[in-house]
Amino acid sequence: MNNPGLAFVSDVFEDYHNKTILMKLPSYHTISIRNLNVYIENQHILQDINLTIPEKSITCIIGPSGCGKSTLLRTLNRMHDDTPEVKINGQVIVDDEDIYGVNVNVIDVRKKMGLLAQRPCPLPMSIFDNVAYGPRIHGLKKRKAINQTVIQYLQYVGLWDEVRGRVRNSASKLSIGQQQRLCLARGLAIEPEYILGDEATSALDPISTKKIEEMFVKLKEQYTIILVTHTLRQAKRIADYIVFMYLGKIIESGSTEEFFNNPKKQLTRDYLSGSFS
Amino acid sequence: MINTKRQEEIFFKILMIISICVIMSILLFIIGTVLYKGLPALDWDMVSKLPGGGFYLGKEGGVLNAIIGSLYLISGSVVISLTLSVPLVLFINFYLPKKSVFASIIRFSFDILFGVPSIVYGAFGFALMIFLGMRASLLGGIIAVALLIMPIMVRSFDEVTRLLPRDLPDALLSLGATKYEMSKVILRQLMPGLVTAILLAVGRGIGDAATVLFTAGYTDNLPNALNHPAATLPLSIFFQLGSPVEEVQNRAYASAVILTVIILILSFSARYFSSKYSKNKI
Ligand SMILES: Nc1ncnc2c1ncn2[C@@H]1O[C@H](COP(=O)(O)OP(=O)(O)OP(=O)(O)O)[C@@H](O)[C@H]1O
Ligand SMILES: [Mg+2]
Repeated sequence: MNNPGLAFVSDVFEDYHNKTILMKLPSYHTISIRNLNVYIENQHILQDINLTIPEKSITCIIGPSGCGKSTLLRTLNRMHDDTPEVKINGQVIVDDEDIYGVNVNVIDVRKKMGLLAQRPCPLPMSIFDNVAYGPRIHGLKKRKAINQTVIQYLQYVGLWDEVRGRVRNSASKLSIGQQQRLCLARGLAIEPEYILGDEATSALDPISTKKIEEMFVKLKEQYTIILVTHTLRQAKRIADYIVFMYLGKIIESGSTEEFFNNPKKQLTRDYLSGSFS
Repeated sequence: MINTKRQEEIFFKILMIISICVIMSILLFIIGTVLYKGLPALDWDMVSKLPGGGFYLGKEGGVLNAIIGSLYLISGSVVISLTLSVPLVLFINFYLPKKSVFASIIRFSFDILFGVPSIVYGAFGFALMIFLGMRASLLGGIIAVALLIMPIMVRSFDEVTRLLPRDLPDALLSLGATKYEMSKVILRQLMPGLVTAILLAVGRGIGDAATVLFTAGYTDNLPNALNHPAATLPLSIFFQLGSPVEEVQNRAYASAVILTVIILILSFSARYFSSKYSKNKI
């Protein structure tokens, strides 16, 4: 279904049927999640998720701890493939193709959907090799190109100046905040088409956080970005769209302005006013 | 309340100190006996010469045949059991689901194999060799010892592998690594655990007499081919101890000192190289 016209029709059709849709765009470079249900060990973790993520924008997912934000992001990257106790129903359509379709190569999906995990986990190698790892396994061979890539992405996340003299040292010696930025650089270095960030700034000080936020804002010119965040103010600062989840359901979603200034659901108003978190 | 806590604390401290004392004194007693009896009999000839003075009960010469034989034997068996154990452990941990029944069955079988006495491995190896028409030989010994040490290698490597935090495989997979690429990186992280597993296996394999008795045989010559018999240190100790001559008996303790020193050297060098290799460990 590569005809943009057809895709558009399908979106209008979808819009007719569910109210959570965000924007009517030709579906190219968008993620569209349809009737997604995820069960873990027979618990219904994600319930009837219908969502379209518009391209070249930042969509923030917010919601109390344990509501299924990480599970949703991992679903978009097929990270549940190896856990048979996770059952997934529904469709996740990326670039007009269901990533859970039969002929889809999971490696391609994961390269396309860059997932930045909630807990930073450096690889057991040097700082340099951590960033170079992704490009290398995806076929980058030339030494010069690898060097360039590594430096570029370390600069991107504002880590280069801190580590430039010791990029050959072990990555495990870095502080947690530095590790988080390293993992960010590592995830970006594989040049995904979508960025799925799970609390990418949770361990950072305000200044580094601001730098990373600016980076995301710059990145959205080329990428479609989904960020999970616990900080409402961060969502307000950088998000174009907000998705509010509660107990595995999407309660409300919409443009940032609309969401914060004019929330429609009582639950959303309670959450925003801090009655629960 | 406070008082019972204090008493608990004191009780467990004393318990720990007692157990350390008991274990250390037994250990020191064994090492002391071996050194006391072995050192006087230990000279340069012991480690540099083949047995002389007639049959292997001779007082002359040394146990070079057994030293070399043991080293060949254990290297061969470690290579064989490593090439089988590492893929097996990686498979049951990363290719099978977390709660796989098949993986539990494999673990359980190796637990049982671990408890099987070494003489049974010797007998099994012997039966196998007869079936294949082989004579007592270095190769037969290598295979029997490889079977003997496989359970301990698999189980101890498996235990450290299971403790690996899920985050690392997840991080690798989410970068688009294949399972094979993932395994290679994970292996680096697990290197110290693998070295421990190898050392435990070497310790069990190199000191075992019952497995090699029928399979590797014994000879006064240096091992010269895979299909010829090979001498081993545990067997020289066994034969020397069985001698009616006291001088020869003392040479058994000298052989034991040599075996201990070999294990020490292997252990230290393995630790050294593994710490160098895994300096990037997270
Ligand atoms: N592998 C698993 N096995 C069992 N339950 C799981 C598993 N993974 C997630 N869950 C359950 O799914 C629910 C959602 O978890 P998830 O990690 O997606 O929450 P979250 O919204 O990301 O929370 P947080 O903000 O704390 O990160 C939780 O109730 C959790 O216990
Ligand atoms: Mg989470």
